[in-house]
Amino acid sequence: MSDMNQQMTAKYKNNFLKEIEEQAEMGDWVKMCMQCGVCSGSCPTNFHSGWDHPPQELFMLIRAGKRDEVLNSNSMWNCVSCYNCYVRCPRKIPITHIMHGIAEYAYRIGRAPKSQPTLHLSQTFWNNATKTGRVNEVKLTQTLYFKDGIASGIKKAMAMQDVALGLVKAKRLNPLEAVGISHKCKDIKGIHAMLDKARELEAKRKGRTA
Amino acid sequence: MAKKEYAFYPGCSSQKGASASNYLVSVNSMNKILDVKMTEIPDWNCCGASISYAESGELPRLAMNARNFALSEQYLPGQDIVATCAACWLGSRESKERLEHNNVLLADTNTALKEAGLNLKVIPEVRHMVEVLIEDLGYAELARHVKKPLDGMKIAGYVGCQTNRPFGISGESYENPMYLDKLIETVGAEATKYDQKVTCCGGALAFSEPDKAQAQIKDIIEAAYDSGAEMLVTPCPLCQANTEVYQGQINKKYGTKFQMPVLYYSQLMTLAYGGSAKDAGLDGQVIRARKMEEFAAK
Amino acid sequence: MAEMKTAAYICKGCELGARLDTATLVKTATKDGKMNLVREHDFLCSTDGVAMIRNDIDNEGVTHIAICACSRRAKTEAFNFTTVAMSRGNLREGVIWIRPDTDAARETTQEMAEDYVRMACAEVKAMQVPAGNQNTGTSKTLLVVGGGMSGMTAALEASKTGYKVVLIEKTGSLGGMAGKLWKRIPNREPFKAPMDSGVADLAAQIDADANIKVYLNAVIAKTAGAPGRFKVDIAVESGPTVTEDIGAIIQATGFTPYDMNKLPNLGGGQANVVDQLGLEAMAKAANGGPIKRADGKEVKSVVFVQCAGQRDATKEHLEYCSGHCCATSVKQAMYFKDANPDVDTVVLYTDLRMPGNNEDFYRAAQNKGVIFSKGEVSNVSASGNGCTVKFKDLILNEETSADADLVVLATGMVPTTGPDLDQLNEANRAAEGGDEGAKEQVIQMMSKSVLNLDYRQGPDVPQFKHGFNDSHFICFPYETRRTAIYAAGPVRRPMDIAQATEDATGAAMKAIQAMENAGLGKAAHPRSGDLSFPTARLEGCTQCKRCTVECPFGAIDEDERRFPLFNESRCRRCGTCMGACPVRVISFENYSVNTVGAQIKAVDIPDEFSEKPRVLILACENDAYPALDMAGMNHNEYDPFVRVIPVRCLGSVNTIWITDALNSGYDGVMLMGCKHGEQYQCHFVKGSELGRYRMSKIYDTLKGMNLEEERLMDLEVAITDIDTLPKKINDYAARIVEMGMSPFKGL
Repeated sequence: MSDMNQQMTAKYKNNFLKEIEEQAEMGDWVKMCMQCGVCSGSCPTNFHSGWDHPPQELFMLIRAGKRDEVLNSNSMWNCVSCYNCYVRCPRKIPITHIMHGIAEYAYRIGRAPKSQPTLHLSQTFWNNATKTGRVNEVKLTQTLYFKDGIASGIKKAMAMQDVALGLVKAKRLNPLEAVGISHKCKDIKGIHAMLDKARELEAKRKGRTA
Repeated sequence: MAKKEYAFYPGCSSQKGASASNYLVSVNSMNKILDVKMTEIPDWNCCGASISYAESGELPRLAMNARNFALSEQYLPGQDIVATCAACWLGSRESKERLEHNNVLLADTNTALKEAGLNLKVIPEVRHMVEVLIEDLGYAELARHVKKPLDGMKIAGYVGCQTNRPFGISGESYENPMYLDKLIETVGAEATKYDQKVTCCGGALAFSEPDKAQAQIKDIIEAAYDSGAEMLVTPCPLCQANTEVYQGQINKKYGTKFQMPVLYYSQLMTLAYGGSAKDAGLDGQVIRARKMEEFAAK
Repeated sequence: MAEMKTAAYICKGCELGARLDTATLVKTATKDGKMNLVREHDFLCSTDGVAMIRNDIDNEGVTHIAICACSRRAKTEAFNFTTVAMSRGNLREGVIWIRPDTDAARETTQEMAEDYVRMACAEVKAMQVPAGNQNTGTSKTLLVVGGGMSGMTAALEASKTGYKVVLIEKTGSLGGMAGKLWKRIPNREPFKAPMDSGVADLAAQIDADANIKVYLNAVIAKTAGAPGRFKVDIAVESGPTVTEDIGAIIQATGFTPYDMNKLPNLGGGQANVVDQLGLEAMAKAANGGPIKRADGKEVKSVVFVQCAGQRDATKEHLEYCSGHCCATSVKQAMYFKDANPDVDTVVLYTDLRMPGNNEDFYRAAQNKGVIFSKGEVSNVSASGNGCTVKFKDLILNEETSADADLVVLATGMVPTTGPDLDQLNEANRAAEGGDEGAKEQVIQMMSKSVLNLDYRQGPDVPQFKHGFNDSHFICFPYETRRTAIYAAGPVRRPMDIAQATEDATGAAMKAIQAMENAGLGKAAHPRSGDLSFPTARLEGCTQCKRCTVECPFGAIDEDERRFPLFNESRCRRCGTCMGACPVRVISFENYSVNTVGAQIKAVDIPDEFSEKPRVLILACENDAYPALDMAGMNHNEYDPFVRVIPVRCLGSVNTIWITDALNSGYDGVMLMGCKHGEQYQCHFVKGSELGRYRMSKIYDTLKGMNLEEERLMDLEVAITDIDTLPKKINDYAARIVEMGMSPFKGL
């Protein structure tokens, strides 16, 4: 267990709902769910395997205090941000954001599933984008496809070769970007300072000291 | 009446050599014909998109968007921000909404912005390119510039998610928005009816969970073919990329024979307005839009 | 009485003149209808047309008029001649609007119109002008039985309208169940917190109201008489019986909670398990502070079990939903949360039912941190210093449990009604046969009586489903099957305070109407304002008692010679007695065996070689006839061989009409009436059921006449059957053609 996980467990004792309300983005909406299940029926990923709990169940688990089952769950990492659940919820609960919020929280306190590919993508994307202020698509793709180590990275890169080649031919993937000569913001320093401050303020507001 | 001017937020994917560079080319051509003036926000940065949620946290993401707002207000005061990318538009609008409704977040955001030497007082309107076309110009004005109607072409308007949910284009339904069909019809083509118009393409999960995303993409392309469409048209760079570039992999996996070009609405309009293949960025297609190339050459 | 002078008026407006040969219709009215005066008019409902009729009445001595124009349901304000007998020939909705405007159809359309003219003439000659019931009572005092929320509201509403009220309450104080509540479910914006029940305020208003006389510790010993002239004996504890003159009655006797001791598996009877009323007492004792158990322990966790002994599919307990309990549990969970937000409050439900603004109340509870779990409770048992609630989580699909200091059972409402009249009748019969047990049973049942009505049909108003004094909830709420006696509040159906308040207000208005109508000798709903009433030629009566037994409203008693004794003010004018009478001695001045019989006979029956069958339709005036009219308005065509006669209710159909029709050569008879049974639509509640029961006996007669059973067709019709009804008529007409013509033609 990570330090922050212990810290939060101590802080909220058995009140997991309260923990989610205060720690997860938009978590204070979880209690407003009326268990109609429209979100579950609206989720496009529900039609694929690997889905533990649709949002409705996840919210019920939170209310039932099943901390481990929620934080370790794969469910919220399957969110494609299509906002179907969000617009259809009769209670106008921002379900998409809550899914993101729970995922972020699980990750933040070290409870996200190991080698979660979407978590890896999220980290990679944000780091890539904030490094220069703008996304470098070649680097992003490279990082993504080499995430499982060299062997599988090459395999994946091979599998994606057609895709990449197509984009290069269509002048929509510029190999020069990889060496970092292309897009970037001028005030990178300012951006980094701003982000540091934002992270600091957010941790403070949420009472996370680890 | 003086023409409105707009602060342009092109977004990362529209940059030269990036995945939606052809979108930018066609938007520029289209706007030239329509006399829409957009000035790029100086030193704009990435919106964070939806996928950054786990690493970014809330405040850093808001700060990134707030920086764009502050720059826009500083250099292009009073102008609406216009995004061409659905994710940029959504990320910015969502940030605007949260900052306007939560004073604590706004105060914290300004504290962070100060580190970059900026301050946020007024948050400009954040609009999608399509909103400018429909609301500020109107379908009649858009039709007025058509020189070569796309007669006889059958096109499936693929709206996808993020220009449609959660904000959507004003007056449209989430389940069956009509604006893209109307744009298709405005340039003389036929908008086919199919049931995957607002199905998600898998979004960012096309990278992290390619099997799941590709299953959704397959449904979309298949339905478009079934409706008799010759090509897909979309307002979103990620929709465009996902539905276009994975067709080869889907063909391998499912034994399908997909070869459906996927264009942006702005490309259609540029062509109907008499623009060349180059003006419309047709050289940026991974799956060549041969029928369109022939049309452009006529 | 002046000599009868008849007149018929043929209208040519609304295209009648273009579609029909009205000159021939004039001849028909003169020759066949034998009317003294016949006039055509281009636009009969115009000022000029109406003035023409008025002039004939005032200056030509016309006493009976047949208006051959549009449906009797149309232009009622123009054709409002109360001093003469009037019939209406329906040439517009009934003829030209349901027939195509083609050359081919012209002949049969004209024949139809001619028949309707003959029928209108024949009918009016058999009619008299209703004189109004002379046997009226003039009391305008409202009796309200029950001093709870519904009763107090009804009393105050009636008083505000200027009426005197007598309010009786069997306990020593006003307030009823609402008086036992700590707070009530909110009934106004923002619907976010429990509110003061308002009981004390209502009681104070009643105390201060000079129009309202209150009897506490009082019950009804006897209710005799009829609307407008009830004599009610009020027995007051330790005091003399008082008699009050009453015009109308509202029964607002409320409910008691279902006995939780019948629910041992849910912990009923155990320590630390209470019903909702029990929790109200705890909350009252806490007075806004922390709620404490009987043993003095402060409650830190509470589980609410919804639908305890309700919506029970096994029928062992209550089968129905009591409506208020979900919102009541929400309210009670708030009692805890408002006093201390850290109290764990869990509501276990299968379906939360939050009608109206209660949805906002539910949301407010969620906001306050009340946890709602979809779960089915199987068992509540004592454990440690509290209870364990075992339940199946219906979302997570697993058996699980929750511990709590206190469990609250949401048991349902049991109405405080009198004995079930059918059961009482049965017991009475057995008792008359000498059964001692039954005698005991009768005494026991009578002791439950609320109204002690001195009516032949029993001491209380009939019950509907599950023992409630319900009525038809859409068309005529509050109406019971006893005229001028209205049920309001949870005695009528399960409901919360907000609904009961509305109910009481509605019932007060209906009761006032009923008193006023009774004073004027007029009928109450649904024939409001009707001045006709039934009379019997007692010299022909065989004392068979069918009328007294069958009257859906208990209007007919028996006199000391066992002849029917009509209490006109109790009567709704449905004619069920007239339909029931085997010797046909009961009639209304404007509706009788003769008025309908004459119409049946007036129709021209073509011979069997004409290929023109005739089908008689007897259509209920409440649903079927309006449906036919609306079919006409929509120009939904139907067969030209049918002849429609509206009847007050299927219950008023006397079998003689049917046998006469078949005997005189009609090829088929269709009866159109409302749905009967549990989901009845009949405006007289039992009329269509009784009518159909009688008709079922006719099939023997048909057999005796050597006629096919299908010559008589019984059709259930709702007012919405506008598009389907024409098709059903056509199908039947086609079936008649298939069967062939009646062999009775020309006999």
